[in-house]
Amino acid sequence: MPTAFTREHVEAIAALANLELDPSELELFARQLSDFLAYADQVRQVDTAGVAPTAYVARGRQRLGNERDDAVAPSLDRRDALANAPEADAGAGLFKVPRVLG
Amino acid sequence: MTFTTAREIRDAVRSKERSAVEICRDSLARIEAADGAVHAFHTVTADRALARAADIDRHHDLWRDAPLAGVPVALKDNICTRGVRTTAASKILESFVPPYDATAVARLERAGAIIVGKTNCDEFAMGSSTENSAFGPTRNPWALDRTPGGSSGGSAAAVAARMASIALGSDTGGSVRQPAALSGVVGLKPTYGRVSRYGLIAFASSLDQIGPLSLTVHDAALSLGVIAGPDPADATSAPEPTVDWAGALTGDVRGARIGVPSRMLDAGVDPEVIRAFRSALDVLAGRGAQIIDIELPQARHAIPVYYLVATAEASSNLARYDGVRYGFRAREDTLAAMYRRTRARGFGTEVKRRIMLGTYVLSAGYYDAYYVKAQQVRTLILRDYETAFERVDVVAMPTSPTPAFGLGERLADPLQMYLADVFTVSANLAGLPAISVPCGFTANQLPLGLQLTGRHFDESTILRIADAYERETGWWKKEPPAI
Repeated sequence: MPTAFTREHVEAIAALANLELDPSELELFARQLSDFLAYADQVRQVDTAGVAPTAYVARGRQRLGNERDDAVAPSLDRRDALANAPEADAGAGLFKVPRVLG
Repeated sequence: MTFTTAREIRDAVRSKERSAVEICRDSLARIEAADGAVHAFHTVTADRALARAADIDRHHDLWRDAPLAGVPVALKDNICTRGVRTTAASKILESFVPPYDATAVARLERAGAIIVGKTNCDEFAMGSSTENSAFGPTRNPWALDRTPGGSSGGSAAAVAARMASIALGSDTGGSVRQPAALSGVVGLKPTYGRVSRYGLIAFASSLDQIGPLSLTVHDAALSLGVIAGPDPADATSAPEPTVDWAGALTGDVRGARIGVPSRMLDAGVDPEVIRAFRSALDVLAGRGAQIIDIELPQARHAIPVYYLVATAEASSNLARYDGVRYGFRAREDTLAAMYRRTRARGFGTEVKRRIMLGTYVLSAGYYDAYYVKAQQVRTLILRDYETAFERVDVVAMPTSPTPAFGLGERLADPLQMYLADVFTVSANLAGLPAISVPCGFTANQLPLGLQLTGRHFDESTILRIADAYERETGWWKKEPPAI
């Protein structure tokens, strides 16, 4: 378990997150992630043997994924869905992105 | 004239004492006069609001019985409004115009509310001061050199400065209650699932909840009655029946058992906060409530647990901002470079920091040590509350350990900023309803808040006790000097 982050380590996390960080951010986050995880170490010391994790709290009649029929229903109009795209072909109904393959 | 409460406005519109257009003009005039200094709003929807108000006046018979007829409402800018720009205070959504309304917004409008604008907040609701906004900070109407708290600071300031009588915020770790406390207004975080999250721009989906900010507890109850209830568009919205919360405010707290986790007040809490909190308890005891000492032993870990869970969820939720379907795009030749550059330029520093932390705690090798561990301690915190609720009806704490802090004071030290949430995050982790109600002022005339946390789906009890306290004290009637 690393106690201090190196710039290389921060760069590897940034790559996982699809973020490009500049050198000052790499340095800042290396320090601040280390600080936070040192602070959060108290959580790792708590005895949680046999304790189930809570992903979210639902009580009473509340259930994740309220059951409903898997029926086709009207959804967002395609033109509306494309209206906010930085680049789209509204006629063809497509979002456009830069070249993926060389 | 001085802006009044939602109930007074609704009644005045109903009886034709005032027209909805007159009320709307008052609200827009307050925004015009005060918002240059406060910066509560990103967008003011003046024309749309006046047109809607005119429609309510024209069809008075249709709107007469609507619970919020003619009431000016402000919306945090992470709540989607069809045709009205919604930015989440982020550069990456600077030009985003949602093609649909959030369910809470549609319900407000069906109840006759007039949306006057979209309010400033921390970017993607990540912050406790409204300083992490891509569009500049909001200032506290009680002291313009201080923050209004956050992340729903624009909504809190708008209500405090009487620009709107109700505002919606979102509360992931205290983002409705803490700015309400620091700005001298009421803020309610309903039970997780009580209000649909459809159309709320997601930060941490297991913690996020929309809630109202208002001048009075009655107005919070009235607003909850409008926005609560199941919604097919949000699978986590709860089927529990809604209640006439406003009608249940009896003013009677005799026999109510109020738990106080005294040991949490030992360190790091401003003495003026403690003094105001203790005297609020005296007021409630004087009206017949019992004050009972309780323990929440795991709550001391709530801040690190919260930041581990919330950042993990955020790193996943914010993966959608990739420059393809909406928002800002950096022009690059390859898809991979476009993604990275878009996110680098579109997100602010705090958002990047949280994506980084969340990505790390979810990554191979650390997932069990941090993320699952935090979820296990989350279970223990929930159990602490369930144990406490065997002996008491509500848990009382200050809302914030300090009054409003200065602009810029905590920006350099994220950990210190996170400590602002010490009393609020555990209600989100446990999914419980909680309210902040004004409980006095410091010697410098900065507002303070009393927080009451209740059992799941028991908003009625916290609203009733908060209302009884407000009837006795009436702090909300004092107006901020800065406007």
